[in-house]
Amino acid sequence: MSTEKGLNITLKVWRQKNAQAKGQLDTYEMKDVSPNNSFLEMLDILNDDLINQGDNPVAFDHDCREGICGACSLHINGEPHGPGRNVTTCQLHMREFQDGETIYIEPFRAKAFPVIKDLIVDRSALDRIQHAGGYISVNTSGNTQDANAIPIEKENADKAFDAATCIGCGACVAACKNASASLFVSAKVSQFALLPQGQVEAKDRVLNMVKQAEAEGFGPCSNTGACEIECPKGISIENIARMNREFLSASLTK
Amino acid sequence: MSNLNSKIPAGSLKDKWTDYKNNIRLVNPANKRNIDVIVVGTGLAGGSAAATLAELGYNVKAFCYQDSPRRAHSIAAQGGINAAKNYQGDGDSTYRLFYDTIKGGDYRSREANVYRLAEVSANIIDQCVAQGVPFARDYGGLLDNRSFGGVLVSRTFYAKGQTGQQLLLGAYSAMNRQIAKGKIEMFNRHEMLDVVIIDGKARGIIARNLVTGEIQRHSAHAVVIASGGYGNVFFLSTNAMGSNATAAWKIHKKGAYFANPCYTQIHPTCIPVHGTQQSKLTLMSESLRNDGRIWVPKKLEDAKAVREGKLRPVDIKEEDRDYYLERRYPSFGNLVPRDVASRAAKERCDAGFGIVNNDTKEGVFLDFASAIQRYGKEQAHIKGIHNPSKEEIIALGEKVIESKYGNLFDMYTQITAENPYKTPMKIYPAVHYTMGGTWVDYNLMTTVPGLYSIGESNFSDHGANRLGASALMQGLADGYFVLPYTIGDYLADDIRTGKIPTNTPEFEEAEKGVKDTIHKLVNNKGKHSVDYFHKKLGLIMWNKVGMARTPEGLKEAITEIAALREEFWKDVRVPGDADELNQELEKAGRVADFLELGELFARDALERNESCGGHFREDFRTEDGEAKRDDENYTYVAAWEYTGKPSEAILHKEDLVFENVELKTRSYK
Repeated sequence: MSTEKGLNITLKVWRQKNAQAKGQLDTYEMKDVSPNNSFLEMLDILNDDLINQGDNPVAFDHDCREGICGACSLHINGEPHGPGRNVTTCQLHMREFQDGETIYIEPFRAKAFPVIKDLIVDRSALDRIQHAGGYISVNTSGNTQDANAIPIEKENADKAFDAATCIGCGACVAACKNASASLFVSAKVSQFALLPQGQVEAKDRVLNMVKQAEAEGFGPCSNTGACEIECPKGISIENIARMNREFLSASLTK
Repeated sequence: MSNLNSKIPAGSLKDKWTDYKNNIRLVNPANKRNIDVIVVGTGLAGGSAAATLAELGYNVKAFCYQDSPRRAHSIAAQGGINAAKNYQGDGDSTYRLFYDTIKGGDYRSREANVYRLAEVSANIIDQCVAQGVPFARDYGGLLDNRSFGGVLVSRTFYAKGQTGQQLLLGAYSAMNRQIAKGKIEMFNRHEMLDVVIIDGKARGIIARNLVTGEIQRHSAHAVVIASGGYGNVFFLSTNAMGSNATAAWKIHKKGAYFANPCYTQIHPTCIPVHGTQQSKLTLMSESLRNDGRIWVPKKLEDAKAVREGKLRPVDIKEEDRDYYLERRYPSFGNLVPRDVASRAAKERCDAGFGIVNNDTKEGVFLDFASAIQRYGKEQAHIKGIHNPSKEEIIALGEKVIESKYGNLFDMYTQITAENPYKTPMKIYPAVHYTMGGTWVDYNLMTTVPGLYSIGESNFSDHGANRLGASALMQGLADGYFVLPYTIGDYLADDIRTGKIPTNTPEFEEAEKGVKDTIHKLVNNKGKHSVDYFHKKLGLIMWNKVGMARTPEGLKEAITEIAALREEFWKDVRVPGDADELNQELEKAGRVADFLELGELFARDALERNESCGGHFREDFRTEDGEAKRDDENYTYVAAWEYTGKPSEAILHKEDLVFENVELKTRSYK
């Protein structure tokens, strides 16, 4: 364990009553925060204090607190999910911060992610991209062929898995100067493109998902690679290259 | 004496489900278009049910409190999903999966339900592969398996440590296909706050839009509850922060019996509690017990020195370590079922051998050093390295461990700032899963006609203890393959009913009840936050209704919870308003329900004068400290009927009949 000495920190937190209201950064002083607390536990303590003082607590999205549901977000000191690589906000711990530090906490910023309240944004645009083709059209009757009927090369199965570990948090969008959802879209496109089961609808899938992403107001990809760095699940931008190949070949043949 | 009809079909065990399906009533496709079904919850059970019902042609309205169905807590399931495929050729079969599950559940589940579960398990894997779920594969391209606790075969399919995520995303993608077609209407950030009963049938729900606070009426011909378990009654658990029992508890208060609330699974391998400000506990998958060995120091002074940071675990000699599971249970070793492993950890820590420096000194080691050695040597052999150095072996071994459990090790490091490749993990049991839940019959229908309960929210398949990798199996079995059939039998009567209107006195009354409660909460202006009460409740539950229970402790818990509930309603403070996004208000409603459920939970534990599975009573143990069942008097399901207060709930008993397995003392020695 790292040092047990408590941290004194200053928080600058984005407060916004609702989607229509104007927001501002409010300042809160936190005393003696245990370095073993998670970042969200630190916000829990802040909220408990605010409630006890008769104020409104800070609203933020969170649920599993195990880094897998994708609910937590937050721009922390200018980075989606804060400092550290391959980590979601809920897995971030206070030991990553220094005594006396000022921490800026803002919502994810993107045109397609409107603020709902305080630090909570609306990420339903990501769901709508999935509706456009993020599935294999097979009925759930169970009357399919045996699971081992089609062997899948381990390398492809593993790559499909790596792409499929996307948690849909939107950090890639928040990290991108164009607010592009390319990493998110390419993760799903790649998962299915790498599996034989996904081949049948591969062309329509990539065309429709990319089109939907544009319609939702996500920007284009200019290959800066910021998304890959900030992605809490380490999704590779190789997937974007694969998506682009798929898209090009589908555009030419469809 | 019982008015419970489990509706188990006649016939031999292995033909029941097939015969039943052949004779069940069906709804023709044209009529399905005129029938609405509400599904509450979008985890493995709810998500798969919503997708399948929509595919069949029903109009589905699906609800989740999260901002997307993909975030339901099934996503956090790590280790795997069981299926009787026998791909490994190690002697597995439908019967063996059935038998292991019945035995693992300590003979407190229904034979017919469990057999059906085992029967459809193989279809689940076929289905998921067809949907593009990327399960782990071997170099030949075929599916890989691993072992889980309480069994002697390898029947667990997995996707690294993210099996739940991959299966849930499979169900989510099936839902997306139907959402795109308009067959599922999805209500994200909506919470069900009551069920509406008309002429004795479930006909709709009252839901709150969590963004605007709007209270809405939704009608349907049937309502399916798939809202998960009630582990958060303990405050600290491996559940998500939002996981709650509100939907399940509201239907209980409207007539659905609640079964076996005291059957709760305390999972043996979680990261130990670090302090009072902790918000949740994190599971380390049971799959780690394939390769991890659990131990504590043999000497009390070594345990003390480890706690004080004066002795490193790696410096404790082999002969000074107590691999207590291997010692007590030689045939299953580290892979004993969860209830057994948890109690054994508690036993060692109570005796003073705990190794974590927290208030309760509770923690044991989960050590990968032997596995790293074993894999390292194997890899060196494969790679043709002769006389590999110690360092080479360790490096090669760590690579194998990383490929199997990498994400779990990363998660552990992130939380504890320790490197589990180099020093053993520290673990301790934590509340994980609830086997109890809404009572349902063979059709998965509750005691209220038209009201169904599936997945963790029902009680049906795991008895008093769930085996690892069986929750995912049950959730998907219920949602993909069982409910879609059985619900047709009920809905066949509704083909001429037409749309259910929402402007009726029943909807009016239910809506008023919901609004009154919300009004009361936001205007209470008490002294303490919701968490203040939730933490207090959790402590009572953990200390008196946790891993080891006594009649005295349970009686105290009942009194204390009732008193805390009274204090809550007098003194809770919910800031903000009813008509806005208000997370404190959401929590308040959920904790109010936990404060009732907790009391019934303790009553159920007091009523059951035996130890079985996750329910361990100190006064019912064998000489060597194992659970002592009382088959003569307690081979029944305890189903509670709500009559106004948890203390006045009426107990109904469904006798469990075992025709195919012999009740034995469960032994893993």
